[in-house]
Amino acid sequence: MKSFGFHSPQTLEEVFALQARFGEEAKLVAGGTALTIMMKQNLVRPSEVISLRRLREFRDIRSENGTLCLGALATYSEVEASPRVREMIPVLAETYHHVATRRIRNMATVGGGLVHGDSNQDPPSALIALRARFQVMSRAGTQEIAAEDFFLDYFETAVKPGEILAEVRVPKPAPRSGQAYLKFLPRTADDYAMVAVAAAVTLCADGTKCEDVRIGLGCLAPTPLRAREAEEVLRGQEPGPDALREAAEKARKITGPLSDHRGSADYKRDMAAVFVRRALDLALSRAGYSVGKSA
Amino acid sequence: MKQEIRVNVNGVDYAREVPTGRLLLDFLRYDLGLTGSKEGCSVGVCGSCTVLMDGKMISSCLAPAVFADGHRITTVEGLAQDGRLHPVQQAFIDHGGFQCGICTPGQVVAAKALLDANPNPSEAEIKDWMMGNLCRCTGYYKIIESIQKAAAVSREEQP
Repeated sequence: MKSFGFHSPQTLEEVFALQARFGEEAKLVAGGTALTIMMKQNLVRPSEVISLRRLREFRDIRSENGTLCLGALATYSEVEASPRVREMIPVLAETYHHVATRRIRNMATVGGGLVHGDSNQDPPSALIALRARFQVMSRAGTQEIAAEDFFLDYFETAVKPGEILAEVRVPKPAPRSGQAYLKFLPRTADDYAMVAVAAAVTLCADGTKCEDVRIGLGCLAPTPLRAREAEEVLRGQEPGPDALREAAEKARKITGPLSDHRGSADYKRDMAAVFVRRALDLALSRAGYSVGKSA
Repeated sequence: MKQEIRVNVNGVDYAREVPTGRLLLDFLRYDLGLTGSKEGCSVGVCGSCTVLMDGKMISSCLAPAVFADGHRITTVEGLAQDGRLHPVQQAFIDHGGFQCGICTPGQVVAAKALLDANPNPSEAEIKDWMMGNLCRCTGYYKIIESIQKAAAVSREEQP
């Protein structure tokens, strides 16, 4: 791996000062599991690396007025083991637990994984379904970006040079809600998924209809996707088997995966529809609703 | 570009100047001569470079050595105490937990981390924990059995 100027700031102001000094020459690094691979393969060759490993901020996992706040420097292991995460939004602990291997999860950080901007990763689609908002800081102040607006293209996010992702905020799901995150792993348990689907549903007061629904898709396009048309099929409706099938079809239509060693594009799109149906079925059953046969 | 790092490896303090592009794995193997940790896949998947940083297992092929500055690293060479093998090492020998041996240092270090965190793991917990350590010859039954036996021995030694 090519060498680089290495900086270990301890305060946020030092981070901003280094970013201002080096501009686009500098890369921020936290856990380094993604960036190191890209640097080893010469896909990225930063002349300066600003390590956030000594930064004191952005490490806590806390709750604030019913919102779960994940510091960007919390590791995946810390998220999956956090009693607060497990209590408030168990599907998020499940999602982080199913990323790669424990060695990776001990290093990789919430913020680092998101800023990496890889739609094959697990948390982005789950966070879209869970209505997460990302706090991005710069010297000019803090802006909040919805998860679904954060991912712009392959390895490209809304975080610009001079900015840093500070915290991920996830609202605690309403009563009568259920969530699911499913990944299709045809090769090995630690591989990227071929297809990943996150679904979050909230039932109306009498429990017969979908009051609200969110669907996030991973691995199926240059960015993680929110399947809005699929959500519209179910919003305000009884989520029976036919409605789920129709929603799955709508979700399939917005996907544009690449053919690769995990499967052909056509097969992935077919599996996207299958997994949308299964994720909705599981989320609904966790909300206390039984879809009935053949969902 | 070089940088001085201070790192404790297997209980010994080192202060060394390393190129910033030096991986922790290469620092251990070529600068310190600790060749137990192996390079397999080189992308964090196979587990043969597993080491502990402050007690937590990581892929040393995915960490620049400068990341270890100020931290405590444990490699397979650090497990035996006073010439006596760690219970995990002894169990791998006694119960056939390896054949060719290239994955073994990583398996042993990962298993030690497991027993540190959970002295009495179920078979399912062992499989979940060891999922990222690949073996191409023994298969996994003997590895799981070795870890179960090591856990039993450790519990007897430290009731």
